Amino acid sequence: MILLQTRPTEGERERKSTAPRRIFVRGPWEMGASILIGLGVLMLMQPFFLWAYTYSFIVLLIGTVGFIIVSHFPE
Amino acid sequence: MSIKPIERAASATPQSVARKVRGLSDRAIAWLFVAPTILLLLAINIFPLIWTVRLSFTNFRVNRPNREADFVGLRNYERILTDGDIWVTMQATAHFLFWTIVLQVLIGFTLAYLINKKFRGSDLWTTVIVLPMMLSPAVVGNFWTFLYQPQIGLFNYVVGFLSGTDPSGFSMIGEVALAPWAIVIVDTWMWTPFVMLICLAGLRSIPESIYEAAECDRASKWRQFWTITIPMVLPFLMLAVLFRGIENFKMFDLVVQLTGGGPGSTTELTSINLKREAFEKWRTGYASAYAVILFVTVFGLASIYVKALNKVKER
Repeated sequence: MILLQTRPTEGERERKSTAPRRIFVRGPWEMGASILIGLGVLMLMQPFFLWAYTYSFIVLLIGTVGFIIVSHFPE
Repeated sequence: MSIKPIERAASATPQSVARKVRGLSDRAIAWLFVAPTILLLLAINIFPLIWTVRLSFTNFRVNRPNREADFVGLRNYERILTDGDIWVTMQATAHFLFWTIVLQVLIGFTLAYLINKKFRGSDLWTTVIVLPMMLSPAVVGNFWTFLYQPQIGLFNYVVGFLSGTDPSGFSMIGEVALAPWAIVIVDTWMWTPFVMLICLAGLRSIPESIYEAAECDRASKWRQFWTITIPMVLPFLMLAVLFRGIENFKMFDLVVQLTGGGPGSTTELTSINLKREAFEKWRTGYASAYAVILFVTVFGLASIYVKALNKVKER
């Protein structure tokens, strides 16, 4: 079977070139990192599960380091 | 013709210095001025931080400086994060944080709302309300220990008078169930004015024209409060919460003066516990790991704070 290959249009080309950029936008990533920080603080201070306390620091660390990295992403 | 001050300064510069500076670019001169501050910051902030992180991977004890410190990897972190006592300390800090913030926001906002209604002597009342914030935490801790005395304390007397219980029948700082509330009450008394001032700034920044427009639309006072006042003060409230949250996470002086972490360890907040590990048990490596955990927590909260601050600026 022969597949017809057409040349990508201008719009398609532009969409392709900006696709990776759209993934690394600051807003949602920053929100994700903030949620991780909040979750880490909650896990650190809750009185119910010792395992949550044990893993709280790693969650906090990922959130904080992530926040520093993603705050350099474009708007 | 008069000589300009800059020309006078230039003529007063020694030839040797002038010759050296003449060859430097503006950027280099700027760096020359900024360098001492950067060096100072590196020496008193960044270097200790890096050194603490390094020590957190060792079993170094500062009271045995001649003993070789062994590299223990993540063992200090593992021990802290599986230690039930430190977990309890974190819970005490969480209790303190949660209730101080809730009470300070509620009372602070209410006070700000009342003060914002212009009445005779409102400025005087603002000054009176703000007074506790200006006192030293050590002084506040000391005189509240007197207020909490079961026999002679004013607090016990007032509670006894209002509730009909025996004033000497309970001790706010001596009982396990009451001591965590004792520190919450004192911190709330001291720092509610701070929240009030921030809320007042928020309330005063709301243009009167918005309320006038709402009046024209026949919006009730209740509706105006929920749809104008609260949304417009919210960023300020959020800032106050973050300020107090970060400050109270590091709370030390007031609680040490008031209860010393007792009875038992019911009011032993993380900063007090950390000080004990570092300067009473002399487990420097362990305490360093503990400090790193607290630092990451505060840094994470501060990052969110900066983000919130930027959002407020954008408004």
